[in-house]
Amino acid sequence: MLRYFARKLFVYGLTFIVAVTVDWAIPHLMPGNPVLTLMSRIQTQDPQVAQQMYDHYMRAFNLDLPLWKQYWYFWVSLFHGDLGTSILQFPTPVMSIIVHAVPYTLALLVPAIVLSWYAGNKFGALAARRKVLDNTLLPFGYTLTATPYMWLGILLVWVLAVTWHVFPVGFAYDPTAVRGFSWPFVSNLAYHWFLPFLSLFLVAFGGWAIGMRNMIIYELESDYAHYLGALGAPQRLIRKYAFRNAMLPQITGLALALGAILGGALVTEIVFSYPGLGFQIYHAITNKDYFVIQGIFLFIIIGVLLANFIVDIVYLIVDPRTRIGMEGGRS
Amino acid sequence: MSSVPTAPLASPSDPTQVEAVPVAQPMSGFQETLHFALRNKKLVFGLSMTTALLLFALFGPLFARHGPLVYGGDLGLAPTRAGGYWFGTTLQGQDVYAQFVTGLRLAFIVGALGGGIAAIIGMVIGFTAGYRAGWVDECLNMLTNVVLVIPTFALLLVIAAYLQVRGIVTEAVFIGITSWPWAARALRAQTFSLVSRDFVDMARLSGRSSRHIIFKEIAPNMSSYLFMMFILLFGGAILIAATLDFIGLGPSNTISLGQMMQLSVQNAALQLHLWWWFLPPGLGIMAIVGSLYVMNVGLDEVFNPKLREM
Amino acid sequence: MALRVEHLRVYYRTLAGDVKALDDVSFDVADGEIMGLAGESGCGKSTLGKSLIRLDGRMRYVGGHVLLDGEELPVWDDEAMDRFRFREVSIVPQYAMSALNPIRKVGPMIRDLLRARGVHPNGIQRELERRLELVGLQPDVLGLYPIELSGGMKQRVVLVLSTLLDPSLLIADEITSALDVSTQKAVAQTLVEFRDRGFVKSLIVVTHDLAVLAQIADTILVMYAGKLAEKATAEEIISTPRHPYTRMLISSLPEVGVRYEEKELRGIPGRPPSLLEPPGGCRFRDRCPLATARCAQEPPWVEQDGRGVACWEAETTTTQAALLAETR
Repeated sequence: MLRYFARKLFVYGLTFIVAVTVDWAIPHLMPGNPVLTLMSRIQTQDPQVAQQMYDHYMRAFNLDLPLWKQYWYFWVSLFHGDLGTSILQFPTPVMSIIVHAVPYTLALLVPAIVLSWYAGNKFGALAARRKVLDNTLLPFGYTLTATPYMWLGILLVWVLAVTWHVFPVGFAYDPTAVRGFSWPFVSNLAYHWFLPFLSLFLVAFGGWAIGMRNMIIYELESDYAHYLGALGAPQRLIRKYAFRNAMLPQITGLALALGAILGGALVTEIVFSYPGLGFQIYHAITNKDYFVIQGIFLFIIIGVLLANFIVDIVYLIVDPRTRIGMEGGRS
Repeated sequence: MSSVPTAPLASPSDPTQVEAVPVAQPMSGFQETLHFALRNKKLVFGLSMTTALLLFALFGPLFARHGPLVYGGDLGLAPTRAGGYWFGTTLQGQDVYAQFVTGLRLAFIVGALGGGIAAIIGMVIGFTAGYRAGWVDECLNMLTNVVLVIPTFALLLVIAAYLQVRGIVTEAVFIGITSWPWAARALRAQTFSLVSRDFVDMARLSGRSSRHIIFKEIAPNMSSYLFMMFILLFGGAILIAATLDFIGLGPSNTISLGQMMQLSVQNAALQLHLWWWFLPPGLGIMAIVGSLYVMNVGLDEVFNPKLREM
Repeated sequence: MALRVEHLRVYYRTLAGDVKALDDVSFDVADGEIMGLAGESGCGKSTLGKSLIRLDGRMRYVGGHVLLDGEELPVWDDEAMDRFRFREVSIVPQYAMSALNPIRKVGPMIRDLLRARGVHPNGIQRELERRLELVGLQPDVLGLYPIELSGGMKQRVVLVLSTLLDPSLLIADEITSALDVSTQKAVAQTLVEFRDRGFVKSLIVVTHDLAVLAQIADTILVMYAGKLAEKATAEEIISTPRHPYTRMLISSLPEVGVRYEEKELRGIPGRPPSLLEPPGGCRFRDRCPLATARCAQEPPWVEQDGRGVACWEAETTTTQAALLAETR
């Protein structure tokens, strides 16, 4: 058991190092002096300000130091929680931008992932049972999963917000609302949250439903299902077993799908101007705010690695084969 | 008088165990596959849709009256036959039809190239890991896991953000070299199951070279699986590219479907009800990817006799 | 009469047409009888075994009757058969080693099944443990996952489970096929023991392995290409086989103490016919050394004194058999 985790941690650790290194290396790999490139995008008229900025960035990049030292300082500042300063929103530190944006992204991601996974699995299982439902769910599911996240968001905004004013067009809450833990404010938050959440949910749901349906059909063809049937077990028992067996690959699938749904969350935020990480990264890209981009990337990496680790633990708890395989089976 | 054999002497290789052929094989393997293929509704539907879109992508631009990036038409014009603006114009007066067909072309290119590269890498790594096993497998597995866990989307984000000029080929290559891990895993599992099968052992016992085994025994069985993988990677590449484009990391000097959506949102097309600007690109992507997925399901049924409906 | 099968026909549906896997088969199995069902792959024996309890996805009931203890088994009706399954008719499948749900412990899985079949698990717990011990398993095997058991152990668990409710008829489908010789013997003897103790009334042992049947079967039914070839007691089949196919099967078995310097171990050349469009007349015709023009007409099943055979040349074969026996 310990070996299993040690191994996983090793891979994650390695991944983290690779990711951080890539993150650090990219600006240095690009042709030209990164600072000058940066400078060329910041349109300042005042030569004094320009010089100050140049000096600041030279120091910030530690470009006067040998490469390995630069790399080292990158790690040092990382562990101090210093991800640099935003150019666009100067002098706000990147960390602060991230901290303010993360709750919104998580508010979209976590319910969307959990609910779409749960609902998708339930529906997929149902569809595998009833032919009628299967014939409607299948094309619907494939359509959903083939839909780009942002397009569904666009559609929802256009139909439900702009054309029929059922939901707001975007943002986290009404700018005129009074912030605080009051019910009006919270409900306002929820009201603005709903459409982006729905958009994420629907696309992910399609994928899970289809996956589960296929897995159940596969499980229903397994030897244990046939044996139970031969002994006259009711469909209800066989289906129960098939469902539980089919869940296992769906759990692993969760870890794999994380990257995709993350991308989906980012673009959905853009469509809805929802102030999460996606929104920030979008503006950072448009305005070449490199530190923000790099900082958010690192943050995402950590989040994803953590999520993967959690999924690994859950899988271990749920699948006896892995657990026993590690402790050494009896014969 | 013979005696009843007193010790159980049954041998698994009982000479009377001649291979029974209960089902007549009136057609050759390939013909039979084709027979099922043509009857499979999903495959036929998916394939025809994809082909139709491909043809549209290839020949559509020939009909465009204006260049995709050319400003000239009326601003925000609804679809009309006048001036050949069949899909209307953008807020800046560009021809949406021209943009759409250009984007469609780019989508196919990115899908084929990105998906193809990912398929090749996945094939090489997955197959080598499955065939060689041992420490080669361990190493490759580690590599696969690392690349798998890195949120490649975020990685692409960072890389693309730094590139001054981006071409569609670069985008496709990046997508290709980051989306292979799950394919490698699947192909590795498939290789494992094939390698342990008897016909490979037979080949080995009869002294065939490794090369022969790989190409003549294993490859034909893998090819259908690999093809299906490729289709999924194709669709996946298109979706990833669209997402990247939407964020602003699309190819410069041209227009893709994702970029169309980005620009339309940026220019408040939603509020202005310029539906002809933002609906077609999304529909286009959905159509290509959707028909690819459906095609894949059909292929699965064709290649996998167990799934065939009666 | 425990089991009576009358003119049973079960075909497989394929896109190319119906494969006549089981084409008009009739026989009886008495209470306490162990009947072996032998033949090469594709002869229909597995189809027969399965159709007595549960039709596979592709199998299609075409005609015939199955009566168990005087009551008709509705083999064509999947739901109606549930009543009989496990209680009256049971099966130890060919895939017994993978028949247990991998993510459920053995004990809970058995409890789930019993409860679902209307049997209170507690009431039968003692008996279950007793039988497990009988086959050489510790009762604590109930607390293990299938992955923790060896293939042989899993098979024994399935054997105990399948016979837990003392069915009238147990079908053992190729259960010795994947085993080594000494384990085969042990499993075969366990089957006999179960019959002797009354856990099952009658047994149908489906196998291509005549040697196992020679060990434990009371009667042997030989099938070929979907039809019955011969039926007799085990002793009779081994020593005086009448049907040419049976004789070739027997002569292809090696014997203890016999040296084969002068003779070759012969197989039966050729292949069974396609059952999609079976040839008219005797189906063994193409491979039979005794075939004559008369064999273009299907030979009738002739039964006398409990022995049955479907062959035109059967009368002459009695003498032939004696001659053959002498040359061995």
